[in-house]
Amino acid sequence: MPDFSLPAAVPISWYLILSAVLFTLGIAGFLLRRSIITVFMSIELMLNAVNLTFVTFSYKLKAVDGHIFTFFVMVVAAAEAAVGLAIILTVFRNRSTLEIDEVNSLKL
Amino acid sequence: MSGNFEPTGAELLRFLPEIVLTLAATFLMVLEPLTDRGAKRALPAIALLGLVVALFSAIMAQAQPGLAFSGMIVVDGFTTFFRVLVIAIGILTILISTNYLRQEGSEGGEYYALLLFSIAGQCIMIAANELIILFIGLEASSIATYIMAGYLRDDKRNNEAALKYFLLGSFATAFLLYGIAWTYGLTGTTNLSRVREVLLSPASPDTFLISIAAGLMFVGFAFKVSAAPFQMWAPDVYQGAPAPVSGFMSAGPKAAAFAVLLRVFLTAFEPVKERWEPLLWWSALATMIIGNFAALRQGNIKRLLAYSSIAHAGYVMVAVTAHSEIGTTAAMFYLAAYALTNLGAFALVTHVARHNERYVEVNDFAGLGQRQPVTAALLTVFLLSLIGVPLTAGFFGKFYIFRAALDSNLVWLTILGLLNSALAAYYYLRIIVVMYMQPPSETEEDDLLPMSAGIQFTAWFTAAAVIVLGVYPSLVLDFAGRSAALLR
Repeated sequence: MPDFSLPAAVPISWYLILSAVLFTLGIAGFLLRRSIITVFMSIELMLNAVNLTFVTFSYKLKAVDGHIFTFFVMVVAAAEAAVGLAIILTVFRNRSTLEIDEVNSLKL
Repeated sequence: MSGNFEPTGAELLRFLPEIVLTLAATFLMVLEPLTDRGAKRALPAIALLGLVVALFSAIMAQAQPGLAFSGMIVVDGFTTFFRVLVIAIGILTILISTNYLRQEGSEGGEYYALLLFSIAGQCIMIAANELIILFIGLEASSIATYIMAGYLRDDKRNNEAALKYFLLGSFATAFLLYGIAWTYGLTGTTNLSRVREVLLSPASPDTFLISIAAGLMFVGFAFKVSAAPFQMWAPDVYQGAPAPVSGFMSAGPKAAAFAVLLRVFLTAFEPVKERWEPLLWWSALATMIIGNFAALRQGNIKRLLAYSSIAHAGYVMVAVTAHSEIGTTAAMFYLAAYALTNLGAFALVTHVARHNERYVEVNDFAGLGQRQPVTAALLTVFLLSLIGVPLTAGFFGKFYIFRAALDSNLVWLTILGLLNSALAAYYYLRIIVVMYMQPPSETEEDDLLPMSAGIQFTAWFTAAAVIVLGVYPSLVLDFAGRSAALLR
């Protein structure tokens, strides 16, 4: 009978695969979604995938720097979100739409 | 790594330009709500003062080269060269902007504060010897530039430019960060020289994984320098953003991004160069071709200059691909020459565009040779430098880049690059032809006023610099050559 027992701890590689999957989902969302807010959220998903990678490696290397980097990433992501939402707001005020395809007055 | 966290005086001196810029920017933000509408004219003067002090402190920091803050910041000739360049770009940008902002009725301290924050971020990027510091500098620079691209809040074009720049910029940043995370995981460090040591050591991690990490970081940098295949944001953003900001974006953030690209790939990832060389080769070629062919068909001058800026990023990419000392020197010289040329060109575009940027088509330049001979003559100098005609800075820039490429046996890239720059002459010459050979359009309602003092100074200064560098390139080249050697 095959051994179905789970390993004692979740292996490191699972976390890395999960973060790669999250990152890919973020890319897919960015490229495929048409609402500006969802596109923006996809970017945040990518950044969180990066954070997960940092924490995983930090755990594996038994070094604390990776944990600290996640704080830097979070702070920068928050600053980016503040500016990004403000930009999205001005777009909405001037055009009353949040569809990315309708924001195309500049020639392509 | 010492356990002492108290920075020494020398360390603070090495970081002085960033400190000065940040303080000046914060001071401007505090001052902005306290100044009356009439007193707003003083704000750009304060920003200029801050930049000049930062310029001198960047030069002073060069007297004490070395590492700072546990090896996170490095001050060497390379750092100083690019710091001085981006700060000078900032000074010229302010001179172009003041009159533009007044004319659009949105003169405010926050514009200058953002510009200073952006330049502080670029200085941090340039001096970064550590991937996380690099990332923070890059973001400080980018976030401030996102806002500047959409500075005129009620202008639809500005909104759109800011939105596209923001979304694609943060998308690229995520790639860069993911690359940093993998580099950290594989080598156990984010310090550039230590990454290099680990990659050279026998315990080097899997080359395949490390080249993926390098590739992810390249995606992030390629976005910032608008290199193919990640150049698609540039035309829309340059066209939609206020003209002075487009000029700034094509000079400052681009030079800083190339500086970190050079530093990261020529120090940290140098041991795996067989892996990234082909990547850069194709990117350089595609960037030149896309930029030049798309520029042929543009009617809007800002959009044309955006594609031209993509093409020029391609030429610098050729120098990066050469990854030799003279390649780095050539890239440094080219970035300085290109920044001066492009700022001058955008200053004149700002001047001709007038209120609300109504005159930004190439055809609006018709008859400029008769209407304003000086403006037309200056613009001709810049366009000739962009073509790379001898006696202009652009000529020596291209000359050194292709010579460096030949030295590194990139024969095909050199041939294709030269063909590209011959093709590029067509669309630059077209503007000159329109200016001198076509009569001015009859429907001109408001006449072109004389240039404002700031634009006049910028245009004359950059034109003089372009010609001086075209005659005596060694003025910049010698310093660039000495600092490129330090990079190793």
